[in-house]
Amino acid sequence: MKKLFILFLILFQQQLNAAEVSIYSARKEALIKPLLDQFTKETGIEVNLVTGKADTLLKRLEVEGKNTPADILLTVDVARLVRAKEKGLFQVIDSDVLERTIPEHYRDSGKQWFGLSLRSRVIVYAPDRVKEEELSSYQNLADNKWKNRICIRSSSNVYNQSLVAAMIANDGVEKTETWATALVKNFARTPKGGDRDQIKAVAAGVCDVAIVNNYYLAGMLESSQKNEVAAANKIKLFWPNQYGRGTHINISGAGILKPAKHKKEAIQLLEYLVSDKSQQWYADTNHEYSINPNIESNSILKSWGKFKADNLNLNLLGKYNTEAVLLMDRAGWK
Amino acid sequence: MLVTRDTQALSNSPIFKFYSFPLTKWNSVLVLLLLLFSIPLAVVLGSVFFPEKEIWSHLADTVLTDYIINSLVLFVGVGFFSLILGVIPAWLVTMYRFPMSRYLEWALLLPMAMPAYIIAYSYTGMLDVAGSLQTSLREITGWQYRDYWFPEIRSLGGAITMLSLVLYPYIYLLARAAFIEQSVCVLEVSRTLGCNAIDAFRRVALPLARPAIMVGLSLVVMETLADYGTVQYFGVSVFTTGIFRTWFGLGNSLAAAQLSALLLVFVAVFLYLEKRSRRQARFHHTSNRYSSLMQQQLNKGSGLFALISCATPILLGFIIPLLFLINLALDTYSEVLGKDFYLLVFNSLLLAFVTAILALLIALFMAYSNRNSASSINRFMVRFVSMGYAIPGTVIAIGVLIPFAWFDNTLDAFLTEHFNISSGLLISGTVATLIFAYLVRFLAVSINTVEAGLLKIKPTMDEVAKTTGMSPISIIKRIHIPMMRGSLLTALLLVFIDVLKELPATLILRPFNFNTLAVRTYELANEERLADAAVPALAIVLAGVIPVIMISNSISRSRAGHE
Repeated sequence: MKKLFILFLILFQQQLNAAEVSIYSARKEALIKPLLDQFTKETGIEVNLVTGKADTLLKRLEVEGKNTPADILLTVDVARLVRAKEKGLFQVIDSDVLERTIPEHYRDSGKQWFGLSLRSRVIVYAPDRVKEEELSSYQNLADNKWKNRICIRSSSNVYNQSLVAAMIANDGVEKTETWATALVKNFARTPKGGDRDQIKAVAAGVCDVAIVNNYYLAGMLESSQKNEVAAANKIKLFWPNQYGRGTHINISGAGILKPAKHKKEAIQLLEYLVSDKSQQWYADTNHEYSINPNIESNSILKSWGKFKADNLNLNLLGKYNTEAVLLMDRAGWK
Repeated sequence: MLVTRDTQALSNSPIFKFYSFPLTKWNSVLVLLLLLFSIPLAVVLGSVFFPEKEIWSHLADTVLTDYIINSLVLFVGVGFFSLILGVIPAWLVTMYRFPMSRYLEWALLLPMAMPAYIIAYSYTGMLDVAGSLQTSLREITGWQYRDYWFPEIRSLGGAITMLSLVLYPYIYLLARAAFIEQSVCVLEVSRTLGCNAIDAFRRVALPLARPAIMVGLSLVVMETLADYGTVQYFGVSVFTTGIFRTWFGLGNSLAAAQLSALLLVFVAVFLYLEKRSRRQARFHHTSNRYSSLMQQQLNKGSGLFALISCATPILLGFIIPLLFLINLALDTYSEVLGKDFYLLVFNSLLLAFVTAILALLIALFMAYSNRNSASSINRFMVRFVSMGYAIPGTVIAIGVLIPFAWFDNTLDAFLTEHFNISSGLLISGTVATLIFAYLVRFLAVSINTVEAGLLKIKPTMDEVAKTTGMSPISIIKRIHIPMMRGSLLTALLLVFIDVLKELPATLILRPFNFNTLAVRTYELANEERLADAAVPALAIVLAGVIPVIMISNSISRSRAGHE
């Protein structure tokens, strides 16, 4: 009986020696799988993938503890990476490749998480109703000349949370709260839908300006749906805060988990993800900016020109995340 | 009389009495099962013992009022409209014949196959300000956005409409089954006593069908309170969105669990009030002299009215969104269909099938033990376990994740220490965990349906059968199973459809490299790639349509005397 039991256990053992690496990914399957398949093809290392929402994946990692089968946590926002770091889920990784390729302010100084791609949160506007000169910064959108003219998605969205966290880091809580309260008064409608929805709303005339991530606009311009292309063509992109700290930047990134059973393969995968070829894929397929400044952008992104990016320490976005949510609650940002 | 009050009469009734040993054995199995399925809910409720004062005072100051008011409005609104959309057509197709009534009879169930988040995406695609309808309107008339009024689909009202359109079939299903089962004699007697058609409906048929309708209604409101996809997409702040926000945004899973516990209290109060309002009366038909139901032919005017009232929910809840999805899918299907896609279909169907069978077996077991036992603790626990239906899938998933991982880790630590073997995570992250979570979430559906079926079988029938010398087994085989066949099949198929549509728990608990149609649909729709999401969405709907038609057939055949 006892022998049978032990046999049973052995059968259930994860085969530690097989060349594989396992990922919990907050990045949707369609936006990462092709790259992982390519990795498997080139290295022979099998990749196991579960996708989900970042926080539920964090919870899963926490309760699974040291027995978690995952090696890597991949997120689409830096605040969640910082949260994972604070919970002690990541280990320190020494990799020359990662440190050489990724600029210093897009990776953790403690070597626990690494940025893999960049996204900027920009202003889009309807050129028939808004002159480019009228726009300047996120802060400026609180002016009451924008009353009933602004669309933005819910404050439950992590990109908005990180934007507000960045403002808290730059301007302080009090100033940011005044700004958020005034901004909410300028909303054309209760926040709903995703970033593409905001772009469509500007095109349809519900509002005149919206704050969105740049790759959504690029995605719409290259969409197979005619109505998306039509909507995207009706609006223009504006780089906010060019005369100040620069446009707000967020990263998608990853870290290697403490209990990782395939640390070597995990490092190999992360290094693969920052390789020129992978970075080109990020730029071409996902319309993001490469983490590597030497990689050329997708043609649409290139057409928007160069811009000044806010080089705020990204750890602060994680630090002020909760504060940002509380602040938006108080400001009445749904 | 129509109603017999026999609250405790059941307790000393039949079957298991003969075997005193199996009774206790089975009873302990029951208690174990109930305990097992209570764990996730207990984890949620347990959170209230760890107060999070700061967060709560923040919530109370800012958003809590919104959550409560919107949830209440949603709850009442969906309940009300689902009743109207469910009960009236059920009565019409059962009692009357009018154009198309034969087809409407089963077609009225079709919206059940449509997941709420998918109908929400579809109608937004059509009716939203950037949707096809308003865009064409602006192009044709030259109007600007502010020049005309158009109802805002993404609003509380819109959410009520969407949820009512896909949830009313629960009420329709149970109401129709109840109407069909009613003895015609009862209705005929009421007519001879001077009731007109409407009175007969209101004073006789409706009260008789009330337990069934209430079961349907409680399923509807529980599903409403647990919905996340629709309200989130529509930007309506309710409890579920609040739970997610508190958890994801504020990173406070404890306060989020406490919000869920509050939601549970909501549901418990509703269920209690509903039960109490029936004043413990059990409704049994006392006459079994069924004569086949003479459906009355309606004249042209009333026929048209009946046709419209029955066709509207089908059109709005199924046909229009279906056509919209088909239209989108035509653009993309060639890229989506493939080996990978068929694997998704297979995964979804297998999960749904296995869960449905298990849920039915467990429900049968619980319902029988409950029927034959006077233990109020058992009854209470069965009620408690049924409340899982009102808890958002994400919360259930966490309620499953925590104890399972704890078990795995404890076992691992024990084995490592004593045998130097690491068992790793044995059950966490397997399909078994996922199915367990489905059961916690959907047992309510099968328990309610099976219990409603069992309620039709009066204890006196068992006793009569006993006097004729039938053994308990043959009582079950020759009386219970034939009488309950419709209910059993319904229970099976309802869970099947529910699992097919389930998203949040699947998203959290599934193992590596394992996806379902619902997950794929969500990932694409969430990226606002509705066109790509259309094919898997259609697959969910179509896979759900077949069981829906089977349910309908089985009900039509369930009429006593019908072969």
